[in-house]
Amino acid sequence: MNDETSRFPDTTRRRLLRGMALGSAAAGLGLWREPVWALATPNQSGVLAGKDFDLSIGRTPVNITGRAASAITVNGSLPGPILRWREGDEVTLRVRNTLAETSAIHWHGILLPANMDGVPGLSFHGIEPGGDYLYRFRVRQSGTYWYHSHSSLQEQAGVYGALIVDPLEPEPFAFDRDYVVMLSDWTDMDPHRLFARLKKRSDYDNLYKRTVGDFLRDAREDGITAAVADRKAWGAMRMSPTDLADVNGNTYTYLANGRRADDDWTGLFTPGERVRLRFVNGAAMTFFDVRIPGLKLTVVAADGQNIQPVEVDEFRIAPAETFDVIVQPERDEAHVVFAQAMDRSGHARITLAPRMGMRAPSPALDKRALLTMDDMGHGSHAMSTAEMSCGANMDHSKMSMPMSTPMQAHPASETGNPFVDMQTMSPTPRLDDPGIGLRDNGRRVLRYADLHSLQVPDDDREPSREIELHLTGHMERFVWGFDGIKFSDAEPVRLKYGERVRFTLVNDTMMEHPVHLHGMWSDLEDADGKFLVRKHSVSIPPGTKRSFRVTADALGRWAFHCHMLMHMEAGMMREVRVEE
Amino acid sequence: MRGALAIGLLLCMQSAFAQDHSQHAMPPSSPTTTDEHAQHREHTTGDDAPGDYRSPVLTDADRAAAFPDLHGHDMSAHMDDDPFVWMVMADRFEWQQGDAVAWEGTAWFGHDRGRLWLRSEGERERNHGTEANIEALWGEPVNAWWDVLAGVRHDISNERLGHHGQDWLAIGVQGLAPYKFEVQATVYIGEGGQSMLQAEVEYELLLTNKLILQPRIEATALGRNDAVRGIGSGLGEVDAGLRLRYEVRREVAPYIGIERAVRFGKTADFARAPGDDAHETRWVAGVRFWF
Ligand SMILES: [Cu+2]
Repeated sequence: MNDETSRFPDTTRRRLLRGMALGSAAAGLGLWREPVWALATPNQSGVLAGKDFDLSIGRTPVNITGRAASAITVNGSLPGPILRWREGDEVTLRVRNTLAETSAIHWHGILLPANMDGVPGLSFHGIEPGGDYLYRFRVRQSGTYWYHSHSSLQEQAGVYGALIVDPLEPEPFAFDRDYVVMLSDWTDMDPHRLFARLKKRSDYDNLYKRTVGDFLRDAREDGITAAVADRKAWGAMRMSPTDLADVNGNTYTYLANGRRADDDWTGLFTPGERVRLRFVNGAAMTFFDVRIPGLKLTVVAADGQNIQPVEVDEFRIAPAETFDVIVQPERDEAHVVFAQAMDRSGHARITLAPRMGMRAPSPALDKRALLTMDDMGHGSHAMSTAEMSCGANMDHSKMSMPMSTPMQAHPASETGNPFVDMQTMSPTPRLDDPGIGLRDNGRRVLRYADLHSLQVPDDDREPSREIELHLTGHMERFVWGFDGIKFSDAEPVRLKYGERVRFTLVNDTMMEHPVHLHGMWSDLEDADGKFLVRKHSVSIPPGTKRSFRVTADALGRWAFHCHMLMHMEAGMMREVRVEE
Repeated sequence: MRGALAIGLLLCMQSAFAQDHSQHAMPPSSPTTTDEHAQHREHTTGDDAPGDYRSPVLTDADRAAAFPDLHGHDMSAHMDDDPFVWMVMADRFEWQQGDAVAWEGTAWFGHDRGRLWLRSEGERERNHGTEANIEALWGEPVNAWWDVLAGVRHDISNERLGHHGQDWLAIGVQGLAPYKFEVQATVYIGEGGQSMLQAEVEYELLLTNKLILQPRIEATALGRNDAVRGIGSGLGEVDAGLRLRYEVRREVAPYIGIERAVRFGKTADFARAPGDDAHETRWVAGVRFWF
C-alpha cells in the first residue's frame, strides 16, 4: 500500500490491507477462489462453479404469494443457480428442456459466437421439448452478469439466474464477502395471460390515476388555472402522468434472491467487513430504486465492467442491468437493502446482518412521482401545443418554433402510424438526471454521468455512421416498436463486419426502456460524444436521446430489444445482422 | 469516523487501481481470434495510434457459428408480437326502472391491425317486448386514436310491436377523442333506402381509482320516418345516462345510475300516440364486466 492510507487509523488500514490481500492474492495467482458467499450464509440459493454445467429447464410448483402456482425454473430453483465461471475458461453447458414447449437460455452480456447466444429462431433453433443443447464457448470477460430464457415469456415465469465471471486479473477493489442480490418480479398469472390482459386493458394496474380529489387539491394549491392547464395538456395527449409501470405491485410480488419482502433473505457480515453486493435486475418489467439506509454504497462496476468507484446513497437499476456495490457496515446491527419499484407500488428487500434472525425495518415507500411534460422532452413551453405536438400525425420537422433545443425530427414511418401515440419534441441525453422520482430526494443518487469505465474500448475509431432508432409505442393498444414498426414487420439492422457504428436512440414514448444489444458492447457516450461507460443494457428514459458506439466485430444475427419483457414481446425488438 | 472510513475505502481503491496498473500489465494478448474481441486498452495508455482497431480475421468456423442452420425456425414461434387476442365486455348489463332489462355489449377478436367486432345493444320491456340489435363489423386502426369499422347490423323482429327484423350495412368510427372522451359513431344504410346515424360519447370521471362516475350520451337520427318502430326523421332520440360504478376488480363493476331518454319531433309524437311520455327518466342498476 502507499502513504495515502497510512493517514488513517491503524485499525482501518489493517482491515483495508487484509481485504486487499484477500482480494488480490488469490485471484492474482489465477487460483480458483472459494466462492465467498457459499461460506457466508446458509440460505443462499445454489452456486454452481467450474467449467462444465448441467442445467435443466422445467416446471416447478412454487408458493410465492400464498397460493400454489407453477414456475418454470432452471434446476428446480427460482432464481436459477448462480453460475460461476472464470475468465479465459472454455465453459460447457448442457441445457436440457423438460418443458412441453421450446426453450433456450441466453447468456446476457456475454460475448460469444452467435450460435451460443440462445435466442431461438435467430441465433439457433431453440431447445425442443425433451431435447438438449450444448453451449460451449470461451469466456472472454469478467464481472457480474445473468442468464435468462429468451423464449416465449419464460423469463417472467422464473427462468433467470445470476452469472459471475471471476477475473484472471485481480479486481481493483477489495471485499470480504460477496453476495448476489437478484431482484425480480413474480406473478402467479400465466405470462401470456398477463400479456393478453395488457392488450385488453393496458392500464389495468394503474390504480394511481389522478382523481377528482387530486384535481381539487391541485386547484387549491397551484391555482385553478394551473390545474386546468395541466389536466388539459394531459387530456389533449390522452395520457396519464401516473403511467410509470405497465405492470406493478398490483399484480407483482417483488422478489430479492427469490424471497418476498416479508420473508427476506439474509446476508451475514462481521462489522467492519466490506461486503460486495452484486445487484442484478432480473425483473421482467420492474425498475428498482435501491438503497441501504445508514450505509454509503460504493458502486464499483456496472454491467460487469469495472468503473471508477463512485459513492452514492441510492441507485436505480433497470431490467437487465447489473451493478456491483461495496458497503462497509461498521456496527453490530442489521441493515435493510431496500429496493422499491419505480412506481412505488411495492418493494423487495434483503437483510444484511451480523447474525441470522436480525432484521431492520423497511423504510416507507417514497412518494409516487408524476410524469411531467419535461420528462417527455416537451418542455414547459409545450403545454399549449401539447395536442399538436403529441399527435402522431404531426411532422415536427416542418414546424418552426423558436427554441433553444433543436426540434427533434422523426422517421416518416411514425407519421399517421396507429401504433405511435406520441413523439418527443426536444429530447436531450440527460445523463446527469437521477430520474423520475429520484430528483431532489436528499440522497445522492447514481446517474449515468457518474459511470466511467476503468478501461477504454480498444476500438477508438470515430463511428463511420449513425443509426438513429426511435423507441415508439402505443400505451392503449399495447403495441411497441422502433420507428413505429414492430419486430415482425421490420427488416434487420445491417452492420458490416468490423465497422464502428453509433446507435442513437430517441424515446418517443412516456416510458423508460432499457435497450440491450446482444453479442457486442454498447459504449455509452456522454453529451459531447466522449466515451463514458461500456454497457450491455442502456436505459433510455422518456424524453431522452442517448448514443452509444458499437464495434461490429461479432458476425451473425443478434437480438436488439427493450428489456421490458412485455415491450419486447409486443414488438420493441430488432434483429441486428452483422455480415461480411 | 464513518466519513473517514468511506474516504479511506475510496482512497484505498484508487491506490489499488494504481497498484494494479503498475504491477499487472494487461495480459499479453492471446493470439487466438476469440480473445482479441475482449481486449481493452487501459485508460492511461495511449500509445496505439488512434483508429487502428482491426476486428479479428474470420475463419470458416466463425462463419459457420455465426449463421447456423435454424432448421426452418424463425422468431415467430418464440415471440409473437401480434398474437390473436379477444375480449368480451358488457359495458351495460342492467335492470331499469319500469321492469326493463337493458344491455350493451362488445366482443372483439383478432390482431393489432384488424379485429372482428361483435356489438349488441337492446332492452326488453314488459309492454314493448324486446328491442335489440346485433352487429358484426371488421375494424382496423387508421391512426393513433381511431379505428374504422364496417359490417352489418341486424335488428331483431318484435312481434308485440309488429315489426320484422331489419338489416343494415354499417360503417363507423370509434376511438378516443382528445381529453379521453370515448366516441363511437356509425352510419347505417338499411332496406328500402332507410338510413340512420348513431353516435355515443362516454367519459370516465374518477372519484377514486375504483369509484368511477360515467356520463354517457347516445343520439339516434333517422333519414325518414319509421312509424312501426316509432322513430321520426332527423334527430329522434337522445339518451343521457350517468352511472356510478365500483370496480371490485377491474373486470367486475356493479353500478347504479340514472338514464334519461329525450325524444324529439316526430319521434316524440310517435311515443305520445300510445300514451307514453315523450321523455322518460329511469333508475338503473347493473354490472359492468369483461373478460
Ligand atoms: Cu420498453
